Amino acid sequence: MYDIEKYYNAKTVSEAVSLLKEHPDARIISGGSDVLIKIREGRMAGTSLVSIRDVEEIKGITRNEDGDILIGAGTVFSHITADPIIQKYIPVLGEAVDQVGGPQIRNIGTIGGNICNGAVSADSVPTVFSYNSLLHIANEDGGRIAPVREFYLGPGRVDLHPGEVLTHVVIPKKEYAGYHGHYIKYSMRNAMDIATLSCSVVSKIDTAKNILEDVRITFGVAAPVPYRCVETEEKLKGRTLDEGLYQELEESVRGEIHPRDSWRASRDFRLQIGGEIAKRALIRTAELAGEDTCKGGEEA
Amino acid sequence: MKKEKILVQCVVNGEEVAEYVDPRESLLDMLRNHLGLTSVKRGCEVGECGACTVIIDGETIDSCIYLAVWAEGKNIRTLEGLEKNGELTRIQEAFIEEGAVQCGFCTPGFIMSATVLLEQGKELTREEIKKKMSGNLCRCTGYQNIVNAVEKVMRENTEKAE
Amino acid sequence: MIGKSVPRVDAYEKVTGRAKFTEDLLPKKCLVAKVLHATIGNGIVKSIDTSEAEIMEGVVKVVTFHDVPDHCYPTPGHPWSVELAHQDVADRNLLTGRVRYYGDDIAAVVAEDEIIASRALKKIKVEYEEYPVEIHPRKSMYGSKPPIHFDKKDNVLARSNYFIGDVDKGMEEAETVVKGTYKTPIVQHCHIENPISYAYMEKGRIVVVTSTQIPHIVRRVIGQALGIPWGNVRVIKPYIGGGFGNKQDVLYEPLNAFLTTQVGGRPVKLDISREETFCNTRTRHSIEFDLAAGVDKEGKLVAKDMHSYSNQGAYASHGHAIAANGLTSWRLQYACPNIRGEAYTIYTNTPVGGAMRGYGIPQVCFAIECFMDDVAEAIHMDPLEFRRKNLIEGYYEDRYLKPIAANTNGIFECLKKGAEYIHWDEKRKKYAKQTGAVRRGVGMALFSYKTGVWPISLEIAGARLSLNQDGSVQLQLGATEIGQGADTVFSQMVAETLHTDMAHVHIQTVQDTDVSPFDTGAYASRQSFVTGTAVKHCAEILRDKILAYAKTLLPEVDTRELSLRDNWIWAGEEQAISLAALAEESYYSLTNSSVLTAEVSEQVKKNTIATGCCFAEVEVDIKLGKIKILHIINVHDSGKLLNPQLAEMQVHGGMSMGMGYGISEQLILDEKTGRPLNGNLLDYKLMTMLDTPDIKADFVEMDDPMGPYGNKALGEPPAIPSAPAIRNAVLHATGVAFNENPLTPQRLIDGFKKAGLI
Repeated sequence: MYDIEKYYNAKTVSEAVSLLKEHPDARIISGGSDVLIKIREGRMAGTSLVSIRDVEEIKGITRNEDGDILIGAGTVFSHITADPIIQKYIPVLGEAVDQVGGPQIRNIGTIGGNICNGAVSADSVPTVFSYNSLLHIANEDGGRIAPVREFYLGPGRVDLHPGEVLTHVVIPKKEYAGYHGHYIKYSMRNAMDIATLSCSVVSKIDTAKNILEDVRITFGVAAPVPYRCVETEEKLKGRTLDEGLYQELEESVRGEIHPRDSWRASRDFRLQIGGEIAKRALIRTAELAGEDTCKGGEEA
Repeated sequence: MKKEKILVQCVVNGEEVAEYVDPRESLLDMLRNHLGLTSVKRGCEVGECGACTVIIDGETIDSCIYLAVWAEGKNIRTLEGLEKNGELTRIQEAFIEEGAVQCGFCTPGFIMSATVLLEQGKELTREEIKKKMSGNLCRCTGYQNIVNAVEKVMRENTEKAE
Repeated sequence: MIGKSVPRVDAYEKVTGRAKFTEDLLPKKCLVAKVLHATIGNGIVKSIDTSEAEIMEGVVKVVTFHDVPDHCYPTPGHPWSVELAHQDVADRNLLTGRVRYYGDDIAAVVAEDEIIASRALKKIKVEYEEYPVEIHPRKSMYGSKPPIHFDKKDNVLARSNYFIGDVDKGMEEAETVVKGTYKTPIVQHCHIENPISYAYMEKGRIVVVTSTQIPHIVRRVIGQALGIPWGNVRVIKPYIGGGFGNKQDVLYEPLNAFLTTQVGGRPVKLDISREETFCNTRTRHSIEFDLAAGVDKEGKLVAKDMHSYSNQGAYASHGHAIAANGLTSWRLQYACPNIRGEAYTIYTNTPVGGAMRGYGIPQVCFAIECFMDDVAEAIHMDPLEFRRKNLIEGYYEDRYLKPIAANTNGIFECLKKGAEYIHWDEKRKKYAKQTGAVRRGVGMALFSYKTGVWPISLEIAGARLSLNQDGSVQLQLGATEIGQGADTVFSQMVAETLHTDMAHVHIQTVQDTDVSPFDTGAYASRQSFVTGTAVKHCAEILRDKILAYAKTLLPEVDTRELSLRDNWIWAGEEQAISLAALAEESYYSLTNSSVLTAEVSEQVKKNTIATGCCFAEVEVDIKLGKIKILHIINVHDSGKLLNPQLAEMQVHGGMSMGMGYGISEQLILDEKTGRPLNGNLLDYKLMTMLDTPDIKADFVEMDDPMGPYGNKALGEPPAIPSAPAIRNAVLHATGVAFNENPLTPQRLIDGFKKAGLI
């Protein structure tokens, strides 16, 4: 039994918004794999809940006529991984969320919850960052769109105001077309674990000229919030892909991220791993680009 | 809200069920305490061990971190629902044949995870089986014979299909 | 029937979910108890105010350390000793105001449901006076003010030592002297079923249903803890979801028993959460070892010296028995004329160390077997060759503890099998000079392990058999099935000795101290050996009674002609009467009815040493600090295998535990408070299926003269050698010696940096 004060069930986004307005102390619950655990731990004991589990309009994945991909915030991880749109255009996201916890958790955990709980170890988030995704947020004023890169305020804190509900994660076509991504989760176990450090690299490579046209490198657990290595990205863009570039990437990333010492791992350890996994992830995207005949999701 | 009860109507092991539940109850609580389905085991209460795994609408979930009220309209299967009048499913038999059972506390959860996997009808590599079954912890077996049991039935199914 | 892989007798119940564990048997209306744990690591409770909790609706009772009996009681699952000097250390109260570790039990609430109980705990106001916290034994052993327990001023629970020959002289004369310090972590059993019990009163007696390995010991300790006659306690043990030694300790059963007495005997459930299991039950002791060895020109050990420091934590529990067990094994197996050993067990402000699969041997084996590789490396000898040169072949016995001996010794055959499987010679050469960022290596380790606890402690087992009307038999034991397959092999033993089949043997799975014969329970890999001896004897008595009864039915047949075989009484080579007919007669004969039963309570004054080894091949990704186990095998000499499939299963599980010990498992404590930082299944890195390589188990079967059916210890040994084998494989791969397990990525990266590999 969970120490829940009041439980409200929303069927639509607007119902959720008005329930949250009515009960400002209530927390949103979606998959439950995070909120219920916090209730049990005592951190959220006695809270009221507004469930958005039955809100069908925020489930599923679509690609609109502009080619932008809309992922409903209530879509569970296993459905993201199995989705043909994801598999075709941004397979890295499906692979990333396939590394969350274990199969059972992936059947209930949602991408919206993963983003909104503000955990720096969230497996979907580095990739969502690297694709410069936009967050569609509903509220009683008709909603707003927030770039995910501006959404994180600090450890466990996101820019979601009382009465707001994240409805969709949108990946614009220009952000994914022609790109390849690879996510490396560094954890102590191969399953049922949270990231000690994670890195999602998305790159656009001119395979004919072997030039790295564009690159985006995002880390989880390397700073208080998900961290884009903008300086490193700028240094590398437009350059020839070779051992020298990989070496520089490794060093530059180590200079840029800010992991901390904790009982889980030391700062020095995370710096070592950080450089290494960023390098390995970029090498993998280059391999993917080389293997790709339809150019990373661009219409053939 | 202590006295408040919510009616949950769902199908459990093929039978229609209507239960008034406390909205604070987990599905685990409902299955065990209301319906007496004690194969659903409580091991960690945070979705880390998989002992409470049940199948909802064809997918495995940890019933400890799933509220009972969410079961409304769902089709739920527990280990009790597999056996038909004493006749076991192949995976249950394979767990016995392959020596995949020791203390037996994690066994129900493992069999539910394996059941979904086998019903999907794909032939997987050992490594893929391990990935799909990695949400269940076992301290007795080192997993070796559990993987063997799943692999055995999977091969049999493929052979039958051919 | 012995030696056959018959299916588990409880498998059907377990794959159908019909097997009832403790929580599955709870009465419908059961009160819920929860324990208030201290939030400091050392100190005293200055004041405790329960008034707000007591007036909450749904709270039935609040008790604090003020309300429990003053006297202390012991908790370990040892047989009691009638000799004062050998009795277990009694250093616990049901609840305490003297907080000795973070999470110590200071009060308890009994409420109508778990949420009310949790909320009530939060309403209890506690004021503490804090003392400095010490979690390191080698600091704690110089004493603290005040000491952790008032009667141990230096915080040393116990020290023991021995000398064989002259170690100092041996070291002086040695060609090479090697030294090393090794340290093992605190780990936890992680049985998937947490400890759980419920208690109620019936006819003025207390009944406790609990997930335990040792029901008869739990009964005694409840009696001791509550200060009531032991006969007033009844303990019932249903199916249990693993124990691994944690449930070879009396955990919260005495408190649970006490709580039901406080609420008029109503049923009270005391369900321990996973987090409490980590912090408040028992753990494997962390032990630090200083080792030294001298070897001669040929590479033979001429002197060995061990000093070990075991972190007991806040309460004695199994106490010094664990460190002492490790110390004993230092003088076994390897030949050496001069040996010195010293072991300390030291109280600290950490969670309590207790029994865990292997009972001190996984720790000492890690130290010894890492050290053996380090010695071999120092003298440039192949580590396997070094061991072969120094191992005792054939019979050996312990110098002090008679009759502990290797009555059979298959270690050389085990090593041969292991080396062949892993391609030792070929791969030691092949991997000798690697330079890349990903390197491979092979390593090995070996061990010896006693069977049962005699003569250190009492060995006694009971068995009861009765012949049913249909010629089948009913078997009752006080020994417990905890997942290892005990019920199956006991049934096989009866079937073997009565020359019948499994279908004719019905074993009672649930132990009930009101009914089950006295047996101390599942630990020390003792049951198939000690209880097995009792079962065999009991079956022989029943067989003789059956034949004697047959004689009354077949007066014309010569007694020497009668035999029992395949459910028939045979007269010579003729089937004389079926066992079923005889049995029916024994129940209902109007002239000669007497139900045939047999019961023994048997003291077993035997012990024999099992042995084995592990060989592992690993791949090390140096820059990521990751070890991948490519191949791993354990080869065991556990005497004759009673059931080869069950034996293999034991080995798989033990190796899994050993691999976790080697690379991922450790309970990490906060330096300042001693609070576990990772006491849950997310942060404590138990291996998942995806982390576990394919595991190979093999055996060398020797018929041990001490074992009732040629068998020796098997339950615990598989957990012992994997960790050092993996460490030695990493040493081979990288040239870096890691002297503290587990070899986590953090340790690997730190070590590789230090060695200049990164």
